[in-house]
Amino acid sequence: MKIEKNVDGSNTSFALEGRLDTMTAPLLESEIQGKLEGVTDLEFDFAKLTYISSAGLRVLLSAQKIMNKQGKMLIKNACDEIKEIFEVTGFSDILTVV
Amino acid sequence: MQNWVKEIVVDSKFENVRTLTEFVESSLEPLNPSPKAIMQIGVAIDELFSNVVRYSGSSNMKLILNVNADVLTAKLTFIDEGVEYDPLKKADPDVTLSAEERDIGGLGIFLVKKIMDGVEYKRDGQKNILTVVKKLG
Repeated sequence: MKIEKNVDGSNTSFALEGRLDTMTAPLLESEIQGKLEGVTDLEFDFAKLTYISSAGLRVLLSAQKIMNKQGKMLIKNACDEIKEIFEVTGFSDILTVV
Repeated sequence: MQNWVKEIVVDSKFENVRTLTEFVESSLEPLNPSPKAIMQIGVAIDELFSNVVRYSGSSNMKLILNVNADVLTAKLTFIDEGVEYDPLKKADPDVTLSAEERDIGGLGIFLVKKIMDGVEYKRDGQKNILTVVKKLG
């Protein structure tokens, strides 16, 4: 997986490419845990993400919990297959998917 | 078309989730499965194999891939010789809770149940045998 991070003031965005699974979720986790101080807008671009498993959902949930306290979080450009994973797990109600 | 069976044995190491996924994807490719079915099978492999690596204590795992070409269905059987563990006994998570209330436990197997067309577990002697069935169309 490739993770591209862009920081612009209090806006941080991550563009993910490939698979967010058991192997790669810890990479994203390490980019998020303890590193969102002062961030008010967090955005994930999933245009090139092909795949997500529960390991990836776990990281998104922990990011959402942090952002609920300090700002907002958006997920953009998720493909239909990933949106369906959000639907069946109830994550479409927790996350803001645009 | 003919029905066929292939199998692979891998060490219980997280990185082998790739080996398993590639094995299944390349084996199924001639059948032209839908991208959605392939993605969902990949998710099931990720969830079930990572469970074996984390919890079973088994040094390896066997994956048997059965294809019924007539009805375009794949059956994946995950076999390990670890401690007895039936993931289907785990209670489903409450998917209506808010982010703050959500506990991530049990989400992987719940996801597998939702995106596969059938999931079964049995204990056979020293073996955990977990089978998932997925239509490829």
